[in-house]
Amino acid sequence: MTQDLLYSVVGVALFGIGVFGVVVAAHVIRKLIAVNIMGIGVFMVLLASAHHGAITDPVPHAMVLTGIVVAVAGTAQCLWLALRIQLLDENEAGESTQ
Amino acid sequence: MMSWDAVYSLLPLVVGLPLLAAIACALLDSHRWRVGLSILFAFLQLSIVVMLLLAIQHSGAGASYRYALGGWGAPLGIDLVVDGLAIILLLITALLVLILSIYSAQYFSAPNKAAGFWPLWWLLVAGLNAAFISADAFNIYVALEIIGLSAVALVALTGTRAALTAALRYALVGLLGSLCYLLGVALLYRAYGTLDLVQLASTVQANPLTWASLALISVGLLLKTALLPLHFWLPSAHASAPAPVSAVLSALVVKASFYLLVRFWLEVLAPATTEFAMNFLGLLGATAIVWGCIAAFRASRLKLLVAYSTVAQLGYLFLLFPLAAASDISVPLIDSVSDVAGSAALAAVIYFIIAHALAKAAMFLAAGNIQSCYGHDTIDKLQGAARSQPIAVFTFAIAGISLIGLPPSGGFIAKWLLLNSAIQNGQWWWVIVMLVGGLLAAVYIGRVLTIAFAQTVAQSGDKMSTHLLPRGLAMCGLVLAISAVLLGFNAEPVLALLEGSAQISSMGAGGL
Repeated sequence: MTQDLLYSVVGVALFGIGVFGVVVAAHVIRKLIAVNIMGIGVFMVLLASAHHGAITDPVPHAMVLTGIVVAVAGTAQCLWLALRIQLLDENEAGESTQ
Repeated sequence: MMSWDAVYSLLPLVVGLPLLAAIACALLDSHRWRVGLSILFAFLQLSIVVMLLLAIQHSGAGASYRYALGGWGAPLGIDLVVDGLAIILLLITALLVLILSIYSAQYFSAPNKAAGFWPLWWLLVAGLNAAFISADAFNIYVALEIIGLSAVALVALTGTRAALTAALRYALVGLLGSLCYLLGVALLYRAYGTLDLVQLASTVQANPLTWASLALISVGLLLKTALLPLHFWLPSAHASAPAPVSAVLSALVVKASFYLLVRFWLEVLAPATTEFAMNFLGLLGATAIVWGCIAAFRASRLKLLVAYSTVAQLGYLFLLFPLAAASDISVPLIDSVSDVAGSAALAAVIYFIIAHALAKAAMFLAAGNIQSCYGHDTIDKLQGAARSQPIAVFTFAIAGISLIGLPPSGGFIAKWLLLNSAIQNGQWWWVIVMLVGGLLAAVYIGRVLTIAFAQTVAQSGDKMSTHLLPRGLAMCGLVLAISAVLLGFNAEPVLALLEGSAQISSMGAGGL
């Protein structure tokens, strides 16, 4: 098994673990971590496809960089939403105990 | 020919202008300026798209134009392609964006909400337009993410717990969908060494790797299009967003991913598709029609009803695939000779997209108006709405006529074209599904109207009349609903337009 094939297979496996996590996990943070694991899996597949013997193809690298930016933005957005929901719930709980 | 080339060079503005508007709206501090600028930009965008449309028509049926951003060209640079199919979606987007911008100018009168709305709104438009004209599989991923991120933020704009929860679920589903899509693209790049759609279309072979990437791309896009088993996120997200956002989500955002599905299934990865898979998509669509209608009938809230109706209406779009499979629409890419029945199915579906976009946007605006007058949208408590909110209920009814598919509305023509194409292909079972779907739609729209027209003595009436809406808010919805019906009266010119665009062939093959 060549190195880039190994990377691709591991990448797809990580992607699968991530999908499993998103579907099964109950907590939002767990789901979010699972999504990020999926992303890392995709990036590994891309990086492996950049490897052609001695020459390295720069296009997948550019794609991975873009993908990382998007993943950060998406993760930040989800975290912000989760935080807002938690704050609303805490306020509600605080009001009801008073 | 010189002048038409000049028109084509406006193509990057279709994405650039909304991006510029987004930045300007984020920087500007005055509510007045933001609104003025947005409406101006919406007009500009519409006029550019109309010019492009004229240029495409001038070039004849099946024409397309490729624009290489920065002059880099296909394998490395980002190319934009506009053809008949893309221009129609650009046109309906520009039209709806203009009307919804006018609506939003009045809807978001509180400056703090509006400050968040306008930049996100224009970002969403930029993403939609980019998805329609990208000629590069990875660029489409970026467009999908721009759509996803801005749509999620727009859903969360109301800040209620329901809206935030719906937005979070929408965000997670969106990320899941786009990562599936990206893995599919990664596999394609690995196998064929290109991201350009035209180059892919000419080199793709039917092998397990292509099937895997087709499956991943399809699952990703189906999640975003909310086809039946993957629709679970749609009703809450579309129902809890502010009215103009709900309108654009149901009218355009889900159509963007459907459009990409059409591109990939009938064009880019056509050699790898099988008739069985196409029929399977059709079956899911048929199930969505029936199930969505039943869920809409059982919905307790008006906006939820309209959102479930979107699930049902999206089902009709997927009947394209079995009809196209039977008539082998995928061949034209190579020899640019299109099969009549196949392109008829595609024309019907494009017509359906236009009719549904207009009617559904109108319906969401009407539902939003009723909601902001009553302070709620629980259907069972809307007695007497026809008297207190005559324009909103009238808009709802007219849009309903088009959704049910009664003549002479645009929805009727769309369904009639689809029925025709099903009969031509000898697939009569879809005809039954479509007729049942129309009947069920009449039932759930009838339910709302019955309650709205109910005379109630108990309702004092003064409670709702305290919230009188600006006339403009009611009128925007009415304009959309009436244009959905007029679309049926003016079927001839629209069909002539579709005639050329139904050949999604030669996408950028020769240019001009």
